[in-house]
Amino acid sequence: MSAQASDTSLTAGRAAPLVLERRFGALRRLLRDPLGALGLVLVALIVIMALGADILSPYGPNVTNVKERLQPPSELHWLGTDQLGRDIFSRVLVGSRIALWVAAVTSFFSLIGGLALGLIAGYGPRWLDSLLILIFDSIRAFPTVLFALAVVTILGPSLGTIIFIITIFNVPVYARIVRTQTLSLRTTEFILAERSLGAGPVRVLFVHMLPNVIGPLLILASMDVPVVITIEAGLSFLGLGVRPPTASWGSILNDGYAFIRNTPWMVISGGVPLILATLGFTFLGEALRDAFDPRLRKDV
Amino acid sequence: MLIYTARRLALTVLILLVTMTLLFSMVYLVPGDPASIALGPRATAAMKAAFRERMGLNDPLPVQLWTFISNVLRGDLGIDVWSNRSVTQIVLEAMPYTLALTGVGLGWAVVTGIPLGAWSAVARNSWTDRLIGVISVSAIAIPSFIVAIYSLLLFAVWLKWLPAIGAGDRGDWGDQLVHLLLPAFAVGLGWVGYIARMVRASMLEVMGENHVRTARAFGLPEQRILFRYALPIAILPTIALLGVGIGNLLSGAVFAEIVFARPGVGKLTYDAVITRNYPVVMGSVLITTAFYASCTLVADLVAAWLDPRVRASL
Amino acid sequence: MSERSSAILEVKDLSVAYATPRGAVRALAHVDLTVPRGEIVGIVGESGCGKTTLISAVLRLLPGNAAVTGGSILFNGREVLAMNDAELRRLRGGGIAMVFQDPMTALNPVLSIGRLMTDVQFREQRSTPEKQVAAIAMLRRVGIPDAESRLDDYPHQFSGGMRQRIAIAMALLTNPSLLIADEPTTALDVTMEAQIIHLLRALRRDFAGSILFISHNLGLIAELCDRVAVMYAGEVVESGPVGALFHNPGHPYTQALLRCDPARIERRTAELPTIPGEVPNLLVPPTGCVFADRCPDTIERCRTTVPVPVSLGPDHQARCIRIDNAAAA
Repeated sequence: MSAQASDTSLTAGRAAPLVLERRFGALRRLLRDPLGALGLVLVALIVIMALGADILSPYGPNVTNVKERLQPPSELHWLGTDQLGRDIFSRVLVGSRIALWVAAVTSFFSLIGGLALGLIAGYGPRWLDSLLILIFDSIRAFPTVLFALAVVTILGPSLGTIIFIITIFNVPVYARIVRTQTLSLRTTEFILAERSLGAGPVRVLFVHMLPNVIGPLLILASMDVPVVITIEAGLSFLGLGVRPPTASWGSILNDGYAFIRNTPWMVISGGVPLILATLGFTFLGEALRDAFDPRLRKDV
Repeated sequence: MLIYTARRLALTVLILLVTMTLLFSMVYLVPGDPASIALGPRATAAMKAAFRERMGLNDPLPVQLWTFISNVLRGDLGIDVWSNRSVTQIVLEAMPYTLALTGVGLGWAVVTGIPLGAWSAVARNSWTDRLIGVISVSAIAIPSFIVAIYSLLLFAVWLKWLPAIGAGDRGDWGDQLVHLLLPAFAVGLGWVGYIARMVRASMLEVMGENHVRTARAFGLPEQRILFRYALPIAILPTIALLGVGIGNLLSGAVFAEIVFARPGVGKLTYDAVITRNYPVVMGSVLITTAFYASCTLVADLVAAWLDPRVRASL
Repeated sequence: MSERSSAILEVKDLSVAYATPRGAVRALAHVDLTVPRGEIVGIVGESGCGKTTLISAVLRLLPGNAAVTGGSILFNGREVLAMNDAELRRLRGGGIAMVFQDPMTALNPVLSIGRLMTDVQFREQRSTPEKQVAAIAMLRRVGIPDAESRLDDYPHQFSGGMRQRIAIAMALLTNPSLLIADEPTTALDVTMEAQIIHLLRALRRDFAGSILFISHNLGLIAELCDRVAVMYAGEVVESGPVGALFHNPGHPYTQALLRCDPARIERRTAELPTIPGEVPNLLVPPTGCVFADRCPDTIERCRTTVPVPVSLGPDHQARCIRIDNAAAA
C-alpha cells in the first residue's frame, strides 16, 4: 500500500523524544508551509463532516424515496439524489466517517503488528528473522489490488475483509522499519552497557528503542492514510467493500458509475470528497514529515 | 555481476514459491469444503468428487502443497469450470491487453516525468519548481480510478472526443491506440508525479557533486553537463524504481479495465471474483505476481548493470 | 585590452562575503595576489582561511550565496569580475585549468576516461580520433602506464594517485596559461603525494604556463614554488619569494607556522608546538589585525587598526604593525 515507506536506516543514538519546545517549533514550521496549512484545513473539514454526519444532514443516508430519484442538486438535496432517491449529501457525510474509521483502525493494527513482528525479527534468532523477512517480501510481492481480489474471493466482500487486507499488506512495511532500528540498537554500546548492568530485553526495548522508532513510524503511518482511504474507496467502488446500503465514497461512486450517463452528480459527489481527503492527508503528512523529521525526505 | 544476478534470481524464485504457498494456504486452510471454494458454486457433486480425487485432498497437507507447486511450475493452473478451458490459457490470452495498457501508462509517465523532474531541479526553488512540486504531489495523491472515472466523464461522456468502452477493433492499430489513450493516461498519471520527484531529488544530488563542479570548471556547456554528465547518473535510481512501479501500475490497470470495460487480466479477475471462480482468480494472481517479480528483478539488474561502479563491484 | 602585463593573474584588493542564515561571513578581505608568467606561486594556510574561496572567485565558480564585495581579478589583463557567461566559459578550461582536491570524486564515474578527456577538448576542431591521440599522449606524459588500452576504463578502476594524474592530464590538455592546483595531494597517501610532486616538477620544465599551487603543507610549497602567499582568516598576511619568506618570515603567523612544522623540530621534545587559540569568527570579523588574538606580540594598536602590507625586502611583504615599529626603531 505504501509505495513510499521503505527501509529507511534510522540512526540510533540520539533518542528523539519530542520535547515540548521542539514540538511547538515544529508546529509553527508546519503552519508556515502553505501546503501544510491547506492540508490541515482539508483534514479538519473531513473530520467535521465525519463527526457531524448525524447533525449536518437533514435526511438519513439510507432513507429511500424512489419518486425523487436521480435529481440534480437543489435546495432540498444539496448534492442531489441517487438512483433510490437517497440524499447524496447525507451519504457523503457518512462516507467520511467510514474513510476515517478505516484509516484509524488499519493504522492501529498495522502499527501494533509491525511493532510486534519487527521486534521479534530484530531481537530473535537469525533463522526467525530470515523467515519473517521472506514472508514480508512475499506479501509485498503481490500487486496490491490483485492480492485484495484474491483475499476477497476467499473471505467474501465486507468492510472487515478490507481492513484485514490493508493491515496484512501494511504490516511488513512497518515491521521492516522496526526491525532495522532494533538490529542496529542491538549492538550499540549503551545497550550492551545496560545489559551488562542487568537490564532485561524488555526494559531495553521500551526505554531505548521505542522512543527512537515511534516518531518515524507515526509519521509514516500518517502518510499512509491517503493510500488506505484510496484502497477502501477503490474496493467499495468495485462492490467488494462495504455492503449496501452502507454509504462509503466508493459505493457512491459505484452507484454513480452505473448511472454516469444519466447524471454526473453522483460520481462527482463521491469523487470530490475522496480527492479532497487524499490531497489533504497527503499535504498534511508531507508537511508533518518535513517539520518533524526532514531525514525521511527523499527529495530535498 | 553474474553471481549477483544468480543470487537475485534465486531470491526471486524463493519469494515466488512462498507466494504460491500463501495462495495455496488461503484456499486449503480456510474452513469449508476446499472443493466448493476451488470450483465455485456451479460445481456439481460429481465434479467435486473428481476434484477431491484429482487434487488428492485426502493426502497430508505437505503433499498437497507439493502437488500444487509442481503443477504450477509445469504451467498447469487448473481448469476453469465455466468454460472448461485451461486457466493458464485464459489468463495468457488476456495478458497482452493489460501489458499494452501498463506499458503505455508507464511509457507516458517516464516520458513526462523525467523532463519535469530535470526541469524542476535546474529551476530549483523557482515558481516553476514549486508548481511542478504541487502537481507531482497531487498526481501521486489522487487515486487513479478517480482519474479514470473523471476522464471518462469528461472526454467520453460529455465531450465525446474519445471512446468510453473497450479496446478497439482487433487488427486496427489506430483504433486500439485511441482506445488506449484515456485508460493509459489514468494509469500513468500517478507515476508522472513519483518519477518527477525522484528525478528532481537525484538531479539535485548529482548537480552538487564534485565531478559536476569539475565539468563546469572546464567550461563545458551547461546543456552537455545536464544531459551527458548529470542526467544519466540521476536516472539510475529511477530505473530501479520502475520495477516497483509496475506493481502499482498493474493495480491501476485493474481499475482502468473495469472503468473502461477493457478486456485484460484485471477485468478477467474481477469477473472471476464476482462469480467466485476461484481457479481463475488464483491463476491470474499467480501469473501477474510472477510477472511483477520478474519486472522488479530485471529493473534492479539493469540499474546495477548501467552503473559502471556497481557493475564492477558485483 | 590593456598592455600585456608581466603577471598572468593579478588579484587586487579582493573581498568576498557569504550570506548565511546567521549573517554575512567575511571570507576574503582585501586580498592581493600576483602570479607572474611562468612562475609557480603557492598559497599556504590552514583550513578555512579562504584559499578555496579565492580560487573559486578567480573562476567565478563561487556558490550561490557568495558575493564579491570589492576588488578586481585581472587575468591576462582582462577583468574577470566583469566577464559575461560566454566569456567565462571560454576562460574556464580555456585560459585557466583547475585540478581539484579530491580525485576520488572529481571525475564523472559513469564516463570512461577517454570520453572525459575528449570532452575536455570540445573547443578544438579536431576529429575524435585525433583527440584520443592527444589524450593518450598526455596520459603517457603524466605517467599512466598502458595509456592506449586504458582509455575505455572508468575512473573507479584507477587508484587515487592515478586519478589525480588523469585530472592533471585533463587540465594540461586544454593548454592553459594558468594551472590552479587546489591541494592536489591532500587526499593522497605519502607515496602517491611524492609521485604527484615529482610529476609537477617534471612538468614544470615543459609547461610554459604558470601554476598556482594551494596547500597546507609547508614542505611541499618550499619544494615546488617560486613565490608563496600565506593566508589567514581571509587575508593574505604575508607574501614573498619562497627562500626569503621561509628564512626570514616577517609575520608572526608565518613564524608560528614554521615553528609548528614537525619537519623542522630539531630537538627531542615531549610537546609539539601549537598556536594557541582559535580562528576568529568571521561572522563578526575582528577590527584590527586578524591574528591579534593568537599573536604573542600584540600591542594596543594591533586590535584597532588593520595593518597595511609592510615591505621586508624585494617583493616580500607582511601585514604587521610590529614590523613597522621595528623598522622605525
